[in-house]
Amino acid sequence: MGDRALLVELGDEISPLVNRKVRELFITLQNRTIEGIVETVPSYRSLLIVYEPRRVRLSTLQKAIDELQKTVDISKIPEPKKLKIPVVYGGEYGPDLEWVARYHGITHEEAVKRHTGNIYQVYMIGFTPGFAYMGELPENIATPRRETPRTAIPAGSVGIAQRETGIYPVVSPAGWQIIGRTPLKLFDETKWPPALMEMGDSIQFFSIEEEEMSQWER
Amino acid sequence: MGAVKALEILSPGPLTTVQDLGRYGYGRYGVAPSGALDSFSLRVANLLVGNPEDEAGLEITLLGLKVQALTDLSVAVTGGDLQPWLNEKILKMWCLHTIRKGDILSFKAPKSGFRSYLALGGGICVPTVMGSKSTNLSSGFGGLKGRPLKKGDILLSDSPYLYLEEIERAFDPKRVPAYPKDWVIRVLFGPQDDHFTREGRNLFLNSSFKVTSQSDRTGIRLAGPPIQTREGMEDSIISEGVICGTIQVPGDGQPIIILGETVTGGYRKIATVISADLPLLGQVKPGDQIRFCEVSMEKALQSFREVEEMITQFREGLSR
Repeated sequence: MGDRALLVELGDEISPLVNRKVRELFITLQNRTIEGIVETVPSYRSLLIVYEPRRVRLSTLQKAIDELQKTVDISKIPEPKKLKIPVVYGGEYGPDLEWVARYHGITHEEAVKRHTGNIYQVYMIGFTPGFAYMGELPENIATPRRETPRTAIPAGSVGIAQRETGIYPVVSPAGWQIIGRTPLKLFDETKWPPALMEMGDSIQFFSIEEEEMSQWER
Repeated sequence: MGAVKALEILSPGPLTTVQDLGRYGYGRYGVAPSGALDSFSLRVANLLVGNPEDEAGLEITLLGLKVQALTDLSVAVTGGDLQPWLNEKILKMWCLHTIRKGDILSFKAPKSGFRSYLALGGGICVPTVMGSKSTNLSSGFGGLKGRPLKKGDILLSDSPYLYLEEIERAFDPKRVPAYPKDWVIRVLFGPQDDHFTREGRNLFLNSSFKVTSQSDRTGIRLAGPPIQTREGMEDSIISEGVICGTIQVPGDGQPIIILGETVTGGYRKIATVISADLPLLGQVKPGDQIRFCEVSMEKALQSFREVEEMITQFREGLSR
């Protein structure tokens, strides 16, 4: 990609398996020092490696990455973290829950059950700092994006779109259906690591009441 | 050593931010690099006032910034010519000036380019967040309180009196980049150029695109003949990492050049701007026209070395 980035593609689909391969290569690369790399961005199916062209040649880097791919040792890859995320569903916190429930012809409670009844894998962090793209949302609650995106939604808003779910860490424009809000802080630039979730993490949501929110704020 | 009140913002203009050369290594957390979009100009401004070239300065957009010196300062203004004035007189760009306590520096209107850079001897004292002083606008951290500057803000500088030098120092005018209204930006095709038709790729290289007013620090949005993808392709792809200079083409066929405020994108990437031309993207303004020119990897790297060599020579010339 241009004269200072290499895009390593490990598949061409959104799948937990392909994404796991990206994570394995990403972590293997983190544990190795290759001269000239300034940034790596893992995503659904590819790993972007940004390098400083004066410090390393593309051909050298390519060879090093090829070698690395052969030496990925799955036994040395740590298990992904498991996180449980509290969410207040519906009402003012999840203005689109009603629409989502109606779209599938189910009750609010059933929609919440479907969203909380699944374990999601974090495929990628992007869009804004700490925003986790997670999948795979069960078909029976998968919903198209909003026709008109909202210009600003509050931090912590939990959204769904097609087969994915995500949480908006900061006030931002949003095209996803907003079904709830978490009181957790998803991104804090003063902490390490700055983001609550990392690519590869395993996430489950659980429903809380509005009155319980204050217990979770950090 | 100590932080000294250096500048007061009398008027911020549409967008003035604190930027250094950017925040790298946090892309995995979705943290974009931010940083001076025209890094070449910020580096030269820093060297002129005696700073390390990666110190933070002010990135000034279009016009309207007005600041008052709260102490004697070494300053340099580089980048786009927004007609800087010192009190009642035009201030010469690309050279070192000493300004006195009470002096007023103002930026009148764009004559060429889009963004000016103001460096202070002693830099700007703001906290370093994740290795950088740059302002991250999407998440609101870095720079001064994570936001654009506003009226009444006071910027501190680290021992600016140590940088006061009564000498003449200027960047060679012959080497100051030109900022035309009709740009030729050099690119390498890929990584998804094969998703486009041959006509689409030809159209991309042989058309002139207009820079629209929706452009900002996240991206330059272009309007021109729509670039067609091959038959049967969906509008978007699976989102993945992007860099500054990545050219995405959404379903409407109108290219977007990614700048410094995002790390991921979900549209096809037809081409990538070469490193040597990245600083120029910071000077492209709404209303300008862009044409893209394909070059070889060798040419791209050679051009990048030439730009870096220019800065190295300037830096070494200063220390002699």
